[in-house]
Amino acid sequence: MGLSAYLALAAVIFSIGLFGVMTRRNAVGILLGIELMLNAVNINLVAFSRFHGDVTGMVLTVFAICITVAEVALGLAIVILLFRTRRTAMADHVDWLKG
Amino acid sequence: MMLTVLLTPITVFLLLALVAPLRRSGRPAAFISILGALGTFGAAVQTWVLVDRLDAPIQRVWTWLPDSQGALATVGYLADEQSAIMILLVTLVSLLVQIYSLGYLSDEPAPAIGRYYVYQSLFAFSMLGLVLAPNLVQLFICWELVGLCSYLLIGFWYKKPSASRAAVKAFWTTKAGDVGLLIGIVLLWRHTGTFDFGELQQMAGAGLVGVDGLALITFCIYLGAAGKSAQFPLHIWLPDAMEGPTPVSALIHAATMVTAGVYLLVRMAFLFALTPDVLLLVAWVGAGTALMAAILACAQNDIKRVLAYSTVSQLGYMMTAIGAGFASAGFFHLLTHGVFKALLFLGAGAVIHAVGTNDITHMGGLARRMPQTMIVFLVGTLSLAGVPLFAGFLSKEEILAGVWAGGLTGPFVMLLMGAFLTAFYMFRVVFLTFFVKPAHASGHGHGHAPHDAPMTMGLPLWVLAAASMTIGIYFMLHHPAEAVEAPGWLAPVATGVALGGIALAWATFQRQIINAESLARATGPLRTVAAHGFWVDEAFVAVYRGILMTLAALVGWVDRYIVDGVLNVISAWTVSGGDGLRRIQTGKVQDYVLAVGAGVVAILWWLRGTM
Repeated sequence: MGLSAYLALAAVIFSIGLFGVMTRRNAVGILLGIELMLNAVNINLVAFSRFHGDVTGMVLTVFAICITVAEVALGLAIVILLFRTRRTAMADHVDWLKG
Repeated sequence: MMLTVLLTPITVFLLLALVAPLRRSGRPAAFISILGALGTFGAAVQTWVLVDRLDAPIQRVWTWLPDSQGALATVGYLADEQSAIMILLVTLVSLLVQIYSLGYLSDEPAPAIGRYYVYQSLFAFSMLGLVLAPNLVQLFICWELVGLCSYLLIGFWYKKPSASRAAVKAFWTTKAGDVGLLIGIVLLWRHTGTFDFGELQQMAGAGLVGVDGLALITFCIYLGAAGKSAQFPLHIWLPDAMEGPTPVSALIHAATMVTAGVYLLVRMAFLFALTPDVLLLVAWVGAGTALMAAILACAQNDIKRVLAYSTVSQLGYMMTAIGAGFASAGFFHLLTHGVFKALLFLGAGAVIHAVGTNDITHMGGLARRMPQTMIVFLVGTLSLAGVPLFAGFLSKEEILAGVWAGGLTGPFVMLLMGAFLTAFYMFRVVFLTFFVKPAHASGHGHGHAPHDAPMTMGLPLWVLAAASMTIGIYFMLHHPAEAVEAPGWLAPVATGVALGGIALAWATFQRQIINAESLARATGPLRTVAAHGFWVDEAFVAVYRGILMTLAALVGWVDRYIVDGVLNVISAWTVSGGDGLRRIQTGKVQDYVLAVGAGVVAILWWLRGTM
């Protein structure tokens, strides 16, 4: 399998993630979508690293996974706080920034 | 010495204006000012003697605005035959008026007296600066300064609404003319490249002043003179200016400031000689003013307003003489008029001071109570009426001769009629004030019988009366050499006209052979017209209101529909634009993500060729 197969897989996963972010009404679903998009990027990084023989991509991937964990923890905390104060976890109910 | 003439009054002015305790002290300030005026008068006499002996003008100029070729504007003094004798008149009347005011304003509070003398000193300086000005720029500056002093002194009793209104009216009316003068001066400078009288005269003498466009320049200068010297239709401010204290009327609105216009035309006579059309206009307007003001004077009951209209009328005489090309005759009348009209005003002031009213129908029989005032007032009246042996006779005759020699038959007839009316209205005042029994027995102002004025007021009256007589007799004996040769019939005719006027007044008001009311009725519609002052004021108001209202309506329309309209459209666009933009900000994160995604796709699409 060539590089393009990995890239195609990553693109598909990224698109699925983006679609999820855009269409999911539940905030937890949106967070899952974001996870998919980030991991699609990770796949890209690992694939390039593998095919170019350069470990930098892998190191960066490990780094990105750590960041992702922190991000999910923060995101879920926000969702919980949101649910406590507003009794909802639906993103489209939260439109305080509406002009 | 010449500088003393200018520096003394300005020093007194600065001293009194800046040292407030001195000014508020009242009488000490007055004494300082009078002392200054005395010194100025002395210096003016010396100047006059010097100029007379040298028989040449004394000039000294300092550069004021430097320019690449010499000075653009200079300041200094120019004492020639005319200005030397003019400063003599100005300083003499100014001195006498300041002495007189000491008595006239004795009831005023001390700070007001101090303020009065500050203005008086400033006026003396500005007027002398105007007379001695060697160029048009200095003349214009002093011209405006005397206008300012006139404003301040008319409004001396500024708490009286009529006085402050009159002050504003005087200021604006003369200002209307002054704008013309300023334009004229600038145009003349562009035309000839100089402001200096001497250079202008040389250029005019050598025929270097182009005649093209000169008429406009002289007309503009005449406008300024017409405003200052109360020529029709800009004369309306002078009768109202009588709201000021009487000594002020004597000094500014009879003897000196109002003659500044005549003086300017005398100074510029060489230039006006090149534009005969404008001269003709000057003559006709002057004669019209002289006759019209004489008619108006007959319809007035306020002694000061009669004198004011008489001043307008006499200024008309001077202007007519200048218009006829005999500026020296006009200047001669300016000098004699300055003396005897100041005398008349100061005499009227003494009467007003004693009786407490300006209305001549409320006076009467004052001859016995105020014999001295009666005598000096009579001297002034005879002078003004143009009776031989008195100052006004010769100057008026010279004007008439000049106008006749200039071939202006129309103005000549008007002036002759004016002379008749002058004698009539002045003797009407004399008879009603001093001789007949008062028609309305009114309470006298001071609560006791009127009596002659105190020494401070009496002395100036006698000095001026003596001067009027002396000038009259002196010139009777030494007929001025440059005078016009009058036709032989003129002197008897002028005298006859004057005596006719006196006789009519005598028959009407003293003997009451002719009923005054029926005499007035005989003049028919003229009476109504005169009572309304020829509706000049109303015409001004109507024109002014018409122009102003039209302009205001126009400006209002532009403001309401164009300026406001543009702003309203812009604001409406802003509001609707903002409203539209508001809708795309839904507050939903996913919409923003969609927008970001769409944006990325759009950028990629845009960059597709370069990848």
